[in-house]
Amino acid sequence: MDLADLTIAEAGARLRSGDLTAVDLLAAVRRRVSMTEAILHAYLTIDADGATAAAVEADAAFSRGEDRGPLHGIPIALKDNMVTRGIETTCSSRILAGYIPPYDATVVERLKTGGAVILGKTNLDEFAMGSSTENSAYGTTRNPWNPDRVPGGSSGGSAAAVAVGSAFGAFGSDTGGSIRQPASLCGVVGMKPTYGLVSRYGLIAFASSLDQIGPIGRTVADTVTLFEAVAGHDPADATSFRGSYPDPRVDLDKGVKGLRIGIVRELSGDGIQPGVAAAFQATVDRLDAAGAAVKEVSLPSTEFALSAYYLIAPAECSANLARFDGVRYGPRVDGDSVEAMMSATRRDGFGPEVTRRILLGTYALSAGYYDAFYGQAQKVRTLVMEDFKKAYAEVDVLVTPTSPTTAFEVGERADDPLAMYLSDICTIPSNLSGDPAVSVPVGLDEDGLPVGFQVLAPALGEAVMFRVAAEVERLSGFDIRPELASSEGAR
Amino acid sequence: MPIEIDIAKVARLARIGLTPEELVHYEQQLQVILEHAARVQALPTDGVAPTAHPLPMVNAFRSDEVEPTLDREEVLSQAPDREGPYFRVPPFLDE
Repeated sequence: MDLADLTIAEAGARLRSGDLTAVDLLAAVRRRVSMTEAILHAYLTIDADGATAAAVEADAAFSRGEDRGPLHGIPIALKDNMVTRGIETTCSSRILAGYIPPYDATVVERLKTGGAVILGKTNLDEFAMGSSTENSAYGTTRNPWNPDRVPGGSSGGSAAAVAVGSAFGAFGSDTGGSIRQPASLCGVVGMKPTYGLVSRYGLIAFASSLDQIGPIGRTVADTVTLFEAVAGHDPADATSFRGSYPDPRVDLDKGVKGLRIGIVRELSGDGIQPGVAAAFQATVDRLDAAGAAVKEVSLPSTEFALSAYYLIAPAECSANLARFDGVRYGPRVDGDSVEAMMSATRRDGFGPEVTRRILLGTYALSAGYYDAFYGQAQKVRTLVMEDFKKAYAEVDVLVTPTSPTTAFEVGERADDPLAMYLSDICTIPSNLSGDPAVSVPVGLDEDGLPVGFQVLAPALGEAVMFRVAAEVERLSGFDIRPELASSEGAR
Repeated sequence: MPIEIDIAKVARLARIGLTPEELVHYEQQLQVILEHAARVQALPTDGVAPTAHPLPMVNAFRSDEVEPTLDREEVLSQAPDREGPYFRVPPFLDE
């Protein structure tokens, strides 16, 4: 077996037994990168020197008897919207071309403290706006299962890298499903934590009340490990959660016997592709047979969640992206006045999707329209949260397909923003509510493309969510890697 | 109900210089998206409080003490134009 195909748990055990070194792991992952990147383009930046230095240091620490935790010596990738001191961070935008941040995001700092080897920065939809990773100023990432297809978005680079073994784990950010949807389309596990459990300090903001950093792993257990490495209060983030929460790992092996599982009526019928619906139903049947009490529940406001999201997210984005004005960082287009300089810089710097959302948000927040659009959307958000609360009074977790379809073709939805926005219909409600959710691969559709199964839990319900996810993983037995990940496939 | 959009005004407020063709293009796209988004208006929300944040939060204060900041040279090194310790920009006023 190629070392790049190990799980984090397996690699960690072999590092500790002295059977292999962090330098060996990094070499295996870099071989995988050189085999797949010409097709995939999952990475924007590979920090070869930094990663080598970190791997050498990790081995030295092991030989001194130090153990910094489960990610010690493990090669990890980061979506390029998390700032990394000394390594270019662009958010896939021309407006940040050449930007070298003077500090590390809290997540990056915690990974470094935990001994992780940060290999590089992965591709994304510009400023994390999109569902396909086609909106990158530096080129599209391809789906490892079929390079004619998108990897999903916006964390498509992170999901594709984990799927082919060009990283053992990765971090993405999820504003409307941007970790879970690409994880689903690439056949890996992707998780959005409860809002506030992972610090957003150093995450370049898109929509602050929805954005959440989260892990992408090859297995549920690896994903828990990645989550634990970065979770916990951070005084640098004013929205960081300060209380305690249940150990996310404690119930992993308990199975689902006696748990109450709710199928969301509004998110499992119309508009779901037949192959996705079949894989979803098969998984539900297995959970039922394993002793869960399965029932249907209704979230009536979800019908309006997508509309509310496409007012709230652009409104917050238009405010957050006002800082990209050609003054403090990034390239500048000259003009006779400050306003002319800023307008020219922003016209040239932002791609079409970002421009569209800034305009939408500016409109929704402008005088005369605020109450009808933004204000009303914030009230709908309250209704969505109340729906979830009612549902969680009846069941322990909710389940849905992660994405209504499997990976679509590159270019297929490029000219139809509304069709693209519908990709996130199953994932958006939990961004509005702030609750955790995870996508687990459960099978392939008739075209050989992976299908994801989503488990949602109430706020701070990570333990029960991972418990169900682990059982879904065990029952579905999904253990197939894309052909591109094997040396034969990459030739 | 068609939605009224003064796209040139919106672009000016957003400080994004757009060509006349781009203005037409984005106006059409905003129409489609906003007509879909306007469905939120169909939902009765009398007495419903807006949510700005998913978790109940209290203000996060820190003590009012001077702490180390980012290195000024390192920060200014990222600016497209500078003069000494300042960011340099074109004139704000006509004269």
